[in-house]
Amino acid sequence: MTEEKKNGVMDKKVSRRNMLKMTGIGAAGIAIGASGMGGILSTFGKDFVAEDDDSTAKNKVNFYGKNQPGITTPAQSNIYFASLTVLVKTKEELQKLFKDWTPAAVKLMNGEKIAAQTNDMVPPPDTGEAKGMDAQNLTLTFGVGPSLFKKFDFGDKKPAELKNLPHFPKDQIEENYSHGDICIQACADDAQVAFHAIRNLVRIASGRVTMKWSQAGFNAVPMTDGKPGTPRNLFAFKDGTENPRGQADADKVVFAQSSETKSWLVGGSYLIARRIQMHLETWDRTALDEQEATFGRHRDSGAPIGKTGEFDAMEIDRKDEKGELVVPDTSHVFLAKSVKSRLLRRSFSYASGVIDSTGAHDAGLLFISFQKDPKQFIEIQNSLGRMDKMNEYITHRGSAVFACFPGVKKGSFIGEALFSTL
Amino acid sequence: MKSKSILAAILLAGSVLTAACGNSDESKKEDTTPKSEQTSKKDEVKLEKEVAAYKEFAMDQLDQFTTETEAFVTAFKAGDMEKAKEIYPKARMFFERSEPIAESFGDLDPRIDARLADVKDEGKGEEEWSGYHKLEYALWVKKTTKGYEKVADQLLADSKELRARVETVEVNPKLMLNGAVDLLNEVSTSKISGEEEIYSHTDLYDFKANIEGAEKIFTILEDSIKEKDPALAKDLTEKFKNVNDLLAKYETKDGGYVSYTKLTKADTKALSEAVNQLGTPLAQMGTIME
Repeated sequence: MTEEKKNGVMDKKVSRRNMLKMTGIGAAGIAIGASGMGGILSTFGKDFVAEDDDSTAKNKVNFYGKNQPGITTPAQSNIYFASLTVLVKTKEELQKLFKDWTPAAVKLMNGEKIAAQTNDMVPPPDTGEAKGMDAQNLTLTFGVGPSLFKKFDFGDKKPAELKNLPHFPKDQIEENYSHGDICIQACADDAQVAFHAIRNLVRIASGRVTMKWSQAGFNAVPMTDGKPGTPRNLFAFKDGTENPRGQADADKVVFAQSSETKSWLVGGSYLIARRIQMHLETWDRTALDEQEATFGRHRDSGAPIGKTGEFDAMEIDRKDEKGELVVPDTSHVFLAKSVKSRLLRRSFSYASGVIDSTGAHDAGLLFISFQKDPKQFIEIQNSLGRMDKMNEYITHRGSAVFACFPGVKKGSFIGEALFSTL
Repeated sequence: MKSKSILAAILLAGSVLTAACGNSDESKKEDTTPKSEQTSKKDEVKLEKEVAAYKEFAMDQLDQFTTETEAFVTAFKAGDMEKAKEIYPKARMFFERSEPIAESFGDLDPRIDARLADVKDEGKGEEEWSGYHKLEYALWVKKTTKGYEKVADQLLADSKELRARVETVEVNPKLMLNGAVDLLNEVSTSKISGEEEIYSHTDLYDFKANIEGAEKIFTILEDSIKEKDPALAKDLTEKFKNVNDLLAKYETKDGGYVSYTKLTKADTKALSEAVNQLGTPLAQMGTIME
């Protein structure tokens, strides 16, 4: 209706142009070319074909391995995190969903389109916005939430530790940013590549899942001599300094070992996501020494208060000459370090516009941590409790926990150990 | 773009039809568009029977549209507001069902169906606004028919002209395939948001009609789809049922629909998701052209 056509009824040329418009086949539409959702989108039948990691692809992280990618992978600069609600009713359909996702995930992580077009009378099978980009270190990490085990009876395969997190002091949890049956974490060095991955995986699953909530995030990863440093959050402090390093440490903290959980989850990890609003306006009028006392670290170096190197030992019981604690006992680090639990932090910042009711930035941290048991997070969070000086500047708005599967072997599919003995 | 006389249009309609038939070779040549490197030009699938069935459907819908519009205009001009309001959403359904065809007349479609926002988007003033939605505005906002008689007359003339010109539309499988998806897009972009019927809030009538229009195309093509991809046909049957079942929750006793204003956010979200879930397999109907 926006384009007024001046065609008389006798003017065939114009009427054909209308026809072209009407049928949606502009030259641009055809140039995009490519077709046939073929197997990739079909809901029924068709066995899945194992795709392989392409070792020649640039900036590529491998899909196959002992653990899923996107956990101990060095943090990329972007995330698109999606929490999904499952619509399918049978476990067979659920299994099919993950079978369909597996080859698509491999192709996406290769930086390839998910399928070629064979018929231009159907929409492009790959939405196409990542064309021309390499793999951008894309990682896709899949997990299942407690609610999935309420919808489907997995019998004794449900791990006891997989349940919604308890309420913590000062939590203001909103359902809009919480929970979900399935999560897909897409991280990449390009925001559009990460989004493209989620968009296509959700599209493949049309009618089988709906989106519950999602969050885009970003990170600035400083490079020193070609090595990535610890990213800073929006309060400008380094986030992830104390992360486990190396596979042995990761196996201790992050990945569940046999006898530690249900067998299908051995080699897997629990992902905890918290959408934490940061009151930037409040923070920005806080003096530097207050800011540092809030974290328990020096802002610029990331070093523990009173020390100089980022990775210097925290030693929270250090006292000054007056016998007072150097690291304040209300600081975030002090409280977190007061318990033995450790976890792997893999957070991203977000900025999602302006809050209607306040005019403030709707910005903060999509906190993501990986641990072999959610109780590691719970213990730390309880220790922070009401004491944490950080509470003044943040509000937890969203909360979710997902059991992320172990890594996939070629020929298998995501979550096979959970779904195979249905 | 001002109206033409109906008589002229009807006279011309016949000759266009003839002309178009006589020049099919030429039109083929001109329609050749560049293809991407991945696709090669395929033999065109004609689906003549299906195309004829669809054209018949569209003409029948627009016949009834004209008849109902006449009843609407008669009630409107007689100042019978209640009757006019009752006919309004039902008459429009015939138009909404056949929109892929009705839309092909770039001048008539806006004259019949433009919303004030569309007119303003084109930088035109309210005085250039005509058609159903202007009368909707008169009935529901101005609560009068006075001063709108000419608009009503024009609407009737335009719907008759539309009916006459439909004879000339060259229906092909592409039009049907894309038409079905376009009908769903109409639902997703304006009906689900309540932006189609901002005064009467009868959006669910249009919603239902758009779905019926798409479903008709599916029904006509169903055998061909089954032959090519039986799972797709089954999926489409299910997904149409999903949408129709959801819509049925909002039916009123008289066979109409509740006001859009009665829908909660959760209601519109459920409807919107059901439409999107239908849209994915619907867009795959083009597989029959392979």
